[in-house]
Amino acid sequence: MIGYSIKRLASAIPTLFLLITFAFFLIRIAPGGPFDSERALPPDIEANLAAKYHLDEPLPVQYLRYLWQIARLDLGPSYHYLDWTVNDLIAQGAPVSFTLGGLALLVALTIGIPIGAWAALRQNRPADYSIMGVAMIGLSIPNFVMAPLLILLFAITLGWLPAGGWEFSPARMVLPVVTLALPMIAYVARITRGSMIEVLRSSFIRTARAKGMPEKEILFNHALKPALLPVISYLGPAAAAILTGSVVVERIFTIPGIGSYFVQGALNRDYTLVMGVVILYGMLIILFNFLVDLIYAWLDPRIRYDEQGA
Amino acid sequence: MLGALLLVACQAEQAGEESPRAPRLPQPVAVEFDDQGRPMEHVLAAEQVVMRGNGEEPQTLDPHLAEGVPSSNILRDLFEGLATTTPDGRVVAGAAAHWDISRDGLTYTFYLDPAGRWSNGDPVTAEDFVWSWRRVVNPATAAAYGRMLAPVVNAEAVFAGRLPPEELGVSALSPTTFQVRLDDPTPYFLGLLTHPTTFPVHRPSYEAHGSAHVRPGNLVSNGAYRLRDWQIRARVELERNPHFRAADEVIVERVVFYPFEDVNSEFNRFRAGDLHWTYQVPNGQFRWLQRNMEQALMISPWFGTYFFSFNLTREPFRDNLALRRALNLAVNRDILTERVSQFGEIPTFNLVPPGLPDYDPPEREYQTWTQQEREAEALRLYHQAGYSEDNPLTVELRYNTSENHRRIAVAMAAMWKDVLGVRTRMVNEEFRVFLQNRAQRRVTQVFRSGWIGDYRDAFTFLELFHSGHGRNDAGYDNPSFDRLLEQIAAERIPSRRRNLMAEAERILLDDQVVLPVFIYVSKRLVDPRLVGWQENIMDQHLTRHMFLLREQGEQQDGAPVVPPEAAESG
Repeated sequence: MIGYSIKRLASAIPTLFLLITFAFFLIRIAPGGPFDSERALPPDIEANLAAKYHLDEPLPVQYLRYLWQIARLDLGPSYHYLDWTVNDLIAQGAPVSFTLGGLALLVALTIGIPIGAWAALRQNRPADYSIMGVAMIGLSIPNFVMAPLLILLFAITLGWLPAGGWEFSPARMVLPVVTLALPMIAYVARITRGSMIEVLRSSFIRTARAKGMPEKEILFNHALKPALLPVISYLGPAAAAILTGSVVVERIFTIPGIGSYFVQGALNRDYTLVMGVVILYGMLIILFNFLVDLIYAWLDPRIRYDEQGA
Repeated sequence: MLGALLLVACQAEQAGEESPRAPRLPQPVAVEFDDQGRPMEHVLAAEQVVMRGNGEEPQTLDPHLAEGVPSSNILRDLFEGLATTTPDGRVVAGAAAHWDISRDGLTYTFYLDPAGRWSNGDPVTAEDFVWSWRRVVNPATAAAYGRMLAPVVNAEAVFAGRLPPEELGVSALSPTTFQVRLDDPTPYFLGLLTHPTTFPVHRPSYEAHGSAHVRPGNLVSNGAYRLRDWQIRARVELERNPHFRAADEVIVERVVFYPFEDVNSEFNRFRAGDLHWTYQVPNGQFRWLQRNMEQALMISPWFGTYFFSFNLTREPFRDNLALRRALNLAVNRDILTERVSQFGEIPTFNLVPPGLPDYDPPEREYQTWTQQEREAEALRLYHQAGYSEDNPLTVELRYNTSENHRRIAVAMAAMWKDVLGVRTRMVNEEFRVFLQNRAQRRVTQVFRSGWIGDYRDAFTFLELFHSGHGRNDAGYDNPSFDRLLEQIAAERIPSRRRNLMAEAERILLDDQVVLPVFIYVSKRLVDPRLVGWQENIMDQHLTRHMFLLREQGEQQDGAPVVPPEAAESG
């Protein structure tokens, strides 16, 4: 198990290296540069700026300089937010996105799994249809529609909750968390239902029932665990995505997370900032996929990562 | 459940749309002043905290590196230049109490206000300005707006690294006397002194903290406010600077600038009562705002022009004056402003916006015609240029991606089609791609432009078309126009300078380099309780002039006497 973990984490290094290399050259292909604006800079000043940020060097030199920087855990200065380094920006924004994403994830799991399982038990009955119908709507309403509707209703018409902004207060977090969680609840519920139905039909459940085991014990001890496997594998990448923030939700609720850096950074040609969030996202994906594999082993007795292999 | 939510939300919106009763804006008491012109204590709100929406997150709070309106708004509250502005936008004494201008207009001597203090209590000295201005022109600083100091002796050579910053034409004659020498008399020079690039920076803080000198806790400023807190992309909070030279005139205790990436979010926050002042208003909501929030909707002319440019270096517009003129005349500005942009923008045929105290814009004969006459002339010129119904012009209209630009472009293309039969291909591009294509002049034909003046003088518009200017994307290259610009720069007599500038704009318009559409307006929502500010074409609004009035029915301790519902029905 420990040997496996070390192997997995070591294999992350070349993956990250490839990611960095691709991202670095890909963003440089985009026309324009970080200091372009409608106000033309005089050539002298443009040259001064380029020199200050080493943008006047050949690209391979810049690439090596960047790798050396990253090796020292320094993501460099932001080209757009001139007073901050990328490390500063991520250090301030990531906790916000993590809090919001983590809460949304928690809400999605605590609601999605039970209603999915319940729908499975009531398969093809009115309860199942109505839960899945609502889930379908939840999935198909995009958050840029849902968020303004929620604001209009709860913040402006009823005046119960703030219309946006960020501080660590439950009232301010309700609407963005709900907006983020709704499609996830729907997704988790659908996956849980599907796999639960399959598990309930399998032979080991039939055996348990034939042995006369109480239905509750069958459900919670035997059926739920394997039924959660597809949910877990969905959660790996989904958690990485939701923890790194959502551009839409951050814009609409004016939340200072890191989600909008993916888009704003690219539009501003803030090369270092884009690289910073891409590296963070890449690391989270690798980490969560690794955790998913560990949880698999714990949930499913058929999977073991020991020397003999799975 | 979701269906119900949608329904309620829609109903709420409809109620807002059709209800004769506007959303309730807070109603202030009438303002009263004492003999010194200060508002009386009993009309002021108990809590003087102003919340301003401020567009994007400021790029920097270092005045020398700053560009863009959001940064400038905050910096004008934090710092003060040698000159400052009144609520109506006039340039008046700031950190300098008064100044002398030599007879030849080349030497400015500023006498600093002896009461001037940094927010840590240090006196503001002439040496601070000398050091700051040298820092601006120093190539290592890479100040984006360093050009603001270009009129100063040797500034250009220092930018280019040919001379050390110490050679800049500024000196401290005494601790409170600061002298500036200029290459050419620059009538708008005093106006430049309200631009953040010319503000002083506190040298000891910069030397102690480097680029982190603008962080909360480090930043030392000389303006009416000092930095209290800065959460990236959440808020920039300023508080009254007790050391400010006129601190007892400042009423607002704290001002919070909130960045918004989405205009609708800002609008919602205003409706929810979280903001006193917005940066902009959502497009396409004009009718609704006019009907329901007229008291808060503030629209005023701005010092900027929305125009299109012709690429003069490529077909079909190279050496084709008749065609450019035809396209220009065929556009009906009134329809574009009244039906398309819809926010009270002012239709124009000129490049330089109106409202300048010392400039008389030239008027061309077609400005007095009716639109039918213009269209008839447009058609005649179109035929003269060799195009006709059987041989229509196919032209490309390029703009950067934005709903507003798209609508203007679509409407313009329709007018060209109706009047002349032109076929227009519309191309929209992401902003930086667009800028690059414009600058390279290799693919563009007609493209969106626009310019907001940097300083209050017609020259800020005219200089764009100097053959050597970096933003001359039209590729205009007219030696006599260039000569005229150089003459204007050197001219000392205001009336002659004014004539030269009008002549320059006349040449530009006659050469049909641009297709002006409208004068920008600034548009925002302002809480009726927030007063003390006025409309001005530079759109500069210093918080130190503002104050919050008490709401009607609110006791001086801030508690409402009557619940809002009761007040409303009564």
